[in-house]
Amino acid sequence: MILSDYLPGTGLLWRLPPGIKLLALAALGTLLLAVPLLDLAAITFVAVIALYLGSGLGWRVIWGILRPMLLILAIVAGAQWWLFDALSALMVALRLAALLLFASLVTLTTRASDMIAALERALFWLRPLRVNPAKVSLALSLALRFIPVLGSITAEVREAQRARGLERSVIATAVPVIVRLLKMADDIADAIEARGYDPGNETSRSTGETRP
Amino acid sequence: MTTREIVHIALFAALTAALGLFPPLTLPAVGVAITAQSMGPMLAGALVGAKRGGLALALFYVLVAVGMPLLAGGRGGMGVLLGASGGFVLAWPLAAFAIGWAYQRARFNPGLPGEVAILVIFGIGLVYLIGVPWISAVAGLSLWQALVGSIGFIPGDLVKIAVVIAITRTVRRAYPALSQGR
Repeated sequence: MILSDYLPGTGLLWRLPPGIKLLALAALGTLLLAVPLLDLAAITFVAVIALYLGSGLGWRVIWGILRPMLLILAIVAGAQWWLFDALSALMVALRLAALLLFASLVTLTTRASDMIAALERALFWLRPLRVNPAKVSLALSLALRFIPVLGSITAEVREAQRARGLERSVIATAVPVIVRLLKMADDIADAIEARGYDPGNETSRSTGETRP
Repeated sequence: MTTREIVHIALFAALTAALGLFPPLTLPAVGVAITAQSMGPMLAGALVGAKRGGLALALFYVLVAVGMPLLAGGRGGMGVLLGASGGFVLAWPLAAFAIGWAYQRARFNPGLPGEVAILVIFGIGLVYLIGVPWISAVAGLSLWQALVGSIGFIPGDLVKIAVVIAITRTVRRAYPALSQGR
């Protein structure tokens, strides 16, 4: 199961810290939505395309991202044209396309694991709010592990229900899957605790949090 | 937060992701595809309550944001979250929290009319309250046009509510420990 849109590479964009890329995305989004000018939208669009080509990501990659969005872009631009004029339609379409392409560029050049590591470091700032980064990272890695496990449990249950002629029933599939997952969650929680996992230790001293 | 709570949060984030794998049903009458994924926040809130449900969907949002293709149809990444339907995904953690809060207030036993009311108000109402203005802002449409464009999904949402109620009731019977606040 492919779990990331990451494309391997060694260019400058790949080496930039994920935090910087996320900040750039947030800044660009705010700027484009706050300053609705055709010139700005057009320049940004061309600049983002140039970033793709400059990083060695060719037109095929760009087209692969734009193609599924063409219908939405056409609807958005058409509505603008009908409501206002062709120029504002062009502005809105270019702005949306530029933002989506830039956001995809961040995803394409950053491994999901690096992005999660960056998030864990950033979560340090949430400590005063009593968010424990170790617990968040446990939840993140558990969720990543659960997704394929869930897929195989669902496949098993569907097979069992097919034998009963129930494979098309959402309820007959979902209920056994969820019950098995809840039982599994109990076992996993017990197993984690049996191995002495205690992320609360450090934080409980600094924030006074008590654990059961 | 106990280890069990952390595991439950991860579990319902993963469950929401798995619901995106169900093939979308197309309603012949309206021609709108409905996906099973928006049942994720309803199930999370109704089964494990406000805190765990809300955090599970927040975790799901983060996983999509970092580029995992977990949204229905294998979509993911910041691009989709900033796109037209991003507001609905953003609304899910709040919806899961609100649904969980309401279920907890009723000690996870609100009765059928109560369950329908909770899921319609928070599972549909709250989600559209955030999703529709988001469409209007991203796509440059008026609020009214965005609302009319989204209204075709409501019959599908009502079907999902019925399915969620059936699932949560059966799961609760099969796994009574859930209702005891574990």
